[in-house]
Amino acid sequence: MIFSMLVFSLMVAVIFNFSFPPGSEFIDDAAAGIIWMTFIFTSLLGMSRSFVREVDKGCMQGLLLAPIDRVDIYISKMLINLIFIIMVEVVVVPLFSVFFKINLFDSIGALSAVLLLSTLGFAIVGTLFSAIAVNTRTREVMLPILHFPVSIPLIICAVQATNAVMAGQAWSVIWPWLKIIIAFDLIFFLVGYLTFEYIVEDS
Amino acid sequence: MKAEGSFAITVAGLTKCFGHMYALRQVDLAVKTGEFVTIFGPNGAGKTTLIRILSTLSKSSSGEVSILGSSPAKEPESIRRQIGVIGHNTFLYEELTAAENLKFYGKLYSVSNLGQRIEESLAEVGLSARAADRVRTFSRGMQQRLAIARAMLHDPSILLLDEPYTGLDQHAAHVLSEWLSRLRKESRTTLMVTHNIERGIELADRIVVLRNGEFVYDHLRKGVSAEDFKQIYNDLVEGKPGKHA
Amino acid sequence: MEQNNRKDIWGSLLKIGVFVCMTVNIYLVFQFAPQEQSMGHVQRIFYFHVPSAWIAFLAFFVVFVASIGYLWKRERKYDLVAGAAAEIGVLFATLVLITGPIWGRPVWNTWWEWSPRLTLFLVLWFIYIAYLMLRNFVEGEEKSARFSAVFGIFGFVDVPIVYMSIRLWRDIHPSPVVGGGQGSGLHPDMTFTLLFSVLTFTLLFLFLLSNRMKLEKSRIALDDLKRQIAF
Repeated sequence: MIFSMLVFSLMVAVIFNFSFPPGSEFIDDAAAGIIWMTFIFTSLLGMSRSFVREVDKGCMQGLLLAPIDRVDIYISKMLINLIFIIMVEVVVVPLFSVFFKINLFDSIGALSAVLLLSTLGFAIVGTLFSAIAVNTRTREVMLPILHFPVSIPLIICAVQATNAVMAGQAWSVIWPWLKIIIAFDLIFFLVGYLTFEYIVEDS
Repeated sequence: MKAEGSFAITVAGLTKCFGHMYALRQVDLAVKTGEFVTIFGPNGAGKTTLIRILSTLSKSSSGEVSILGSSPAKEPESIRRQIGVIGHNTFLYEELTAAENLKFYGKLYSVSNLGQRIEESLAEVGLSARAADRVRTFSRGMQQRLAIARAMLHDPSILLLDEPYTGLDQHAAHVLSEWLSRLRKESRTTLMVTHNIERGIELADRIVVLRNGEFVYDHLRKGVSAEDFKQIYNDLVEGKPGKHA
Repeated sequence: MEQNNRKDIWGSLLKIGVFVCMTVNIYLVFQFAPQEQSMGHVQRIFYFHVPSAWIAFLAFFVVFVASIGYLWKRERKYDLVAGAAAEIGVLFATLVLITGPIWGRPVWNTWWEWSPRLTLFLVLWFIYIAYLMLRNFVEGEEKSARFSAVFGIFGFVDVPIVYMSIRLWRDIHPSPVVGGGQGSGLHPDMTFTLLFSVLTFTLLFLFLLSNRMKLEKSRIALDDLKRQIAF
């Protein structure tokens, strides 16, 4: 799974590159957007598989019968999604830096914070929605339809914060974006924590 | 009236409805500790719904349920720790090996001394040689045997079996029956639902028939031959077409 | 039976109320309210745009409350309210997205401007279209109700976060003109017309909601009858 995510991610990055004329100056402004589009599509690819095994092979019942808190299932699935996407990002971000000739390593601390917190938000919402989408008739289509509109604030903030980091702007410019990202993470983790049980319960 | 403690499972006035459809209506059942009860019934009689409520997967619409003194709605985790469930599905991960599956579920149940317990369980169901093979390569019968090992890993005192014979070949069904009769001697409480009369009756202490969400027959196995029961069952189930409100 | 009759009386009163208010409202908007000096007649669309936005918000809030109600009480009526409110909300959000650009074209000289509030409605529109799709793509009434309730909660919780992020991203929309503040410059007759429009649209919302629910209840009753015949 992680391998297919990685390959997919690299392909998306390269294809985006072809949408600009060679040597275009726009690429500097668009780089953050391209990075995030790549990661969003990659994470959807990975997360859509979160509960497929459990639902198709009936393992979900096995998990629900175990003497564990149901929310632990959500948290573990969410963490493994987060780890997978972060691993892809660790490989792809340096390659971006090479492809798009942007120096991303001057402010590696700020960049890591933005990447980690935004990806966490995607995993929090995406894992929960994939538990819903896997039970619908059009699984693969349903996840992005549910995920995109709800995560629009996250996308806006992640792209703008990454832009600010790449432009070498001060922490005071990055911080307002990061604040919204953190609020998104906290609020939706709480909502997910409270509602996950209702998704996996059998009637 | 017997003391509450001698019953492993008590159900009183249990009702479950989906919208306007009733799956169970005012069901009463008391299973003694160590008793083996088989519930027969045609498809759609509410058998699976009953098992799901007892195993804490479903919530009842009304009525009282008590399993080893705990209520599924209030203390689901303490009940889950003490029941072993074998259902239509094996609950096994096909990409993992037999031993890995048991290790995963053993950790979920916090089984102590897990490594040794896994070896013992695999030996009991005769799969020691295949411990390191992926479940995907197993036959249906072998998967069912592993499912049994999985359900018994945490040494449950109550077993809930939902159509365990479905999809098994003759040999695998025989293995399952032998294993169940061995368990009977260990005086575990067992509740099995099935529509397979021969298999269901051979081990039972008590036989019950569920039809349209109601118990219509409840009798000790002793003194009822398989032939007699078949006749009774046919009269109950096929003789009178189900009435629907 | 008696209860049914009483409900019908309320329904008829509501119907008459909506009709009367609508008629009066159209008179107020096109005859009573004075013409805006710089924007001209096109400004009158404001009396439809703002109440539509209000109804869309109200509807999505109803979805949110009914979703929580469903998960808590597990009664089907909450799910019916949520579904009906979401449909009406999407309808009025669509009106907001249509009337906004019609106003924006002469005033801002562009059909579409990524102003925070208009963008918010676009995002809301997507969220609740997704909500309606989810309702239709899940098999089993109970499951569909459960999943859409969870998504209905997610969608509404998202609103303030979406708004904050869009605000930070871009802010060129005119600051709120209602509220009667010193600088608002809204003629008292305009304020009155606007408030009357909001009242009319709220009645219209209640009327649509109750009718949509009646329709859905009939559909369920019909399904039950069909099922009984099938046996």
